[in-house]
Amino acid sequence: MLSAGQVRRGLAAGGASLAVIGVLVGLPTGALLGLAPASPAAPLFDAYTLNLLRFTLLQAALSTFLSVVLALPVALALARRSAFVGRIWIIRLMAVPMGLPVLIGALGLIGIFGRQGLVNRLLAMVGVDQPVNIYGLSGILLAHVFFNLPLACRLMLAGLERLPAEDWRLAASLGLGRLSLLRHVELPALARVLPGAAGLIFMLCATSFTLVLVLGGGPAATTLEVAIYQSLRFDFDPARAIALSLLQIALTGLVLTLLSRLPPAEASRGEGRAPRRFDGQGPAGRLADALVILLATLFLLLPLGSVVMAGLRADLLRLVALPAFHQALFTSLAIALAAGLLALLLACGILAAQAAIADRRHPSRLLAAFGRLLSAVSSLVLLVPPVVLGTGWFLLVRPHADVTRAAPLLIAAINMLMALPFVMRVLAPAFESHRLRTGRLAASLKITGLARLRLIDAPVLTRPLLMALSFAMALSLGDLGAVALFGSQDLVTLPWLVYSRLGSYRTQDADGLALLLGLLCLALTALGTAGHRREP
Amino acid sequence: MRKTHSVVLAFVPAALAALSLTLPAAAADKPVLTVYTYESFTADWGPGPKVKAAFEQTCDCTLDFVSVADGVALLTRLKLEGASSDADVALGLDTNLVQEAKDTGLFAEHGIDTAAARVPGGFSDPVFVPYDYGHFAVVYDTEVIKTPPKSLKDLVEGDPSQKIAIEDPRTSTPGLGLLLWIRSVYGDKAPEAWAKLRNRILTVTPGWSEAYGLFTKGEAPMVFSYVTSPAYHMMEEKTDRYQAARFEEGHYIQIEVSGMLKATKHKALAQQFLSFTLSPQFQSIIPTTNWMMPAAATAEPLPEAFGKLVSPSKTFLMSPEDVAKNRQAWIREWLGAMSMN
Repeated sequence: MLSAGQVRRGLAAGGASLAVIGVLVGLPTGALLGLAPASPAAPLFDAYTLNLLRFTLLQAALSTFLSVVLALPVALALARRSAFVGRIWIIRLMAVPMGLPVLIGALGLIGIFGRQGLVNRLLAMVGVDQPVNIYGLSGILLAHVFFNLPLACRLMLAGLERLPAEDWRLAASLGLGRLSLLRHVELPALARVLPGAAGLIFMLCATSFTLVLVLGGGPAATTLEVAIYQSLRFDFDPARAIALSLLQIALTGLVLTLLSRLPPAEASRGEGRAPRRFDGQGPAGRLADALVILLATLFLLLPLGSVVMAGLRADLLRLVALPAFHQALFTSLAIALAAGLLALLLACGILAAQAAIADRRHPSRLLAAFGRLLSAVSSLVLLVPPVVLGTGWFLLVRPHADVTRAAPLLIAAINMLMALPFVMRVLAPAFESHRLRTGRLAASLKITGLARLRLIDAPVLTRPLLMALSFAMALSLGDLGAVALFGSQDLVTLPWLVYSRLGSYRTQDADGLALLLGLLCLALTALGTAGHRREP
Repeated sequence: MRKTHSVVLAFVPAALAALSLTLPAAAADKPVLTVYTYESFTADWGPGPKVKAAFEQTCDCTLDFVSVADGVALLTRLKLEGASSDADVALGLDTNLVQEAKDTGLFAEHGIDTAAARVPGGFSDPVFVPYDYGHFAVVYDTEVIKTPPKSLKDLVEGDPSQKIAIEDPRTSTPGLGLLLWIRSVYGDKAPEAWAKLRNRILTVTPGWSEAYGLFTKGEAPMVFSYVTSPAYHMMEEKTDRYQAARFEEGHYIQIEVSGMLKATKHKALAQQFLSFTLSPQFQSIIPTTNWMMPAAATAEPLPEAFGKLVSPSKTFLMSPEDVAKNRQAWIREWLGAMSMN
């Protein structure tokens, strides 16, 4: 039980987080609308928009389904094999796609699955003369699975590792078979993270832009995000851009609501460390798991390997010595760190409010609605196109301050919003099970304040917090969108450096810089998963 | 758990302090001419640094560049800033954006002598001054394509297994260039041409960088780019591998222009800069830094590689008014032709 003061403070923290999000999203939208001409140039609901809508939802649904379904066996296998050599590095590698600029990831995929890629060259060697063509829906799905399977896998793995050790001991002593174990132990644990993970991936895929155009093969494959970008950047029709954004938020929100109708399972009270497993120790089980892990790792490693190979052809020593690289590295890290920490702060506020609400046995309707609003806002914020936020904030800040000076802060704020849903997915289940496990005990022992933080919270929550921070930072490191509008020669981030080389024939330099960016993400994730080392 | 807050909270000021270190330093005391342009112009290897050094020697001023992603972003930025923009000069719009730029009412007539300008198609305008140009072209990999298309018709009707990467006219200026080129050659039959060409198109990318990346990675043996692209590979990479195909019908042209803002506080300086863009000094910098053709006489003859480039027999250029009026309708048409099942 929380004291009345704790409840009040929790709710206030949630209200503050909500207010911050409201201001960050609401003000720029208003500013853009104030600029809008009276009537949009083109009708909003014509056949074109309907086609975009249909395709956006179709590809996002398929991408999400495939990412989650394919991640499932990988997460189960990785959870069962909790101690093999290199396991931690497979998990760390899973954070790298997220931190790569999407175009670099796409070029890596094309290096393996493209017309001239490894797969087609192997096929040609065995006598298949027609190359397999990935451009079209298949290419989009492939890329989305590449970028999102690792995300799904990490979230599910975290869910499985939160299961208490006694569950496994009990299951072993009952002699549960593979299927019963799946049904009674693993699936209920996964059910807690699945809707959230699927919703997140659905939003990421629904707002995908560069991947969809590059791998889609033609304008039949176009998402709403492309139309939003076009109407704001190319046609300068803010009213249309905002109308399309609202459409995107409404429709995707609808899908997410349906997903959230999936019954939530009881929160687990695990110990927050990988427990000893007794199941699947036979040779057949080991072989199957090894195969699944191997395939998933290959699927992840091959395109990354092609990014590395391309990067190694660049003159890395020269690139590392460039002052522009140092400046960009510093700017990117500063922005990513600020965005990551702010996202953690925002998420903690929301979680504190949700804990306060959950603490009431019968929360009032108002409180319950507030809780639902918090979760809806904290995930839907991903759907607000960064180009809308960036343009709106640009309009707001310019009359009062030098945009170039404010730009790093604005980019950090926009990245913070983008990272919030990821941070919530990592933190919410971890905080919830921690609260259930320790809340009453701490209250009855009257351990509060710093003592509670040091003795009870820090040992368990440090790991999810670090994981969330590394997620958020990787996301911010790879982001180009928010920078593009503010860009000036004084504000250069690493992805901007990569794109600027690509934009002036310097593909090899771009490859080299992308490799450095990928290594940076890996290093960050290594920090984010450092806690894993200390396990027995 | 609320307490974890305070830990996080402690880091935030540190991160914000680090952020503020990334802010640029303050400017000097001479008059400052602010030129808005696109990013590849101000890159280390672009014309920007050399242009700045050369102009500052003659003007007793400071030349400041503010760069955004591309010409379209440049116009958007100006629209957002309106009359209160810091820009004195905008450098890097192209002829297709000229009408839209004039419609904003933000630009002033330049009032300078542009007799030195020599661009194919004879672009001349009271508001905008051309500073370089490039004909669009299909660039191909000679190691894969032995008989390149000799005309747009060849390209449209050729072997569909030889693919080309093109840019999207909804999001990129080269993409719009190809749309207008096919319009210029095929007229009302353009949708039929697109329906045929579609089979040869590997993919349609959001911008030039993505398409060119696919090309240099060997994924597509042809890419929609510029006549001048091979010059980069010949001079910087010492290879003749990538060449532009000469099309019998003629080539569509992209002319890059600069203009002076009405709101400028340094009108004389801005005019001096616009005149400078037509000087041999400025023009000599352009070819090997911006990889475009100079729009006026250069101090020395062009490098040898430029002599080997395709020189189009005919130049297509639609008037900015026509483009502004029809762009949306033609893009719709293109969408229809490219999306048919």
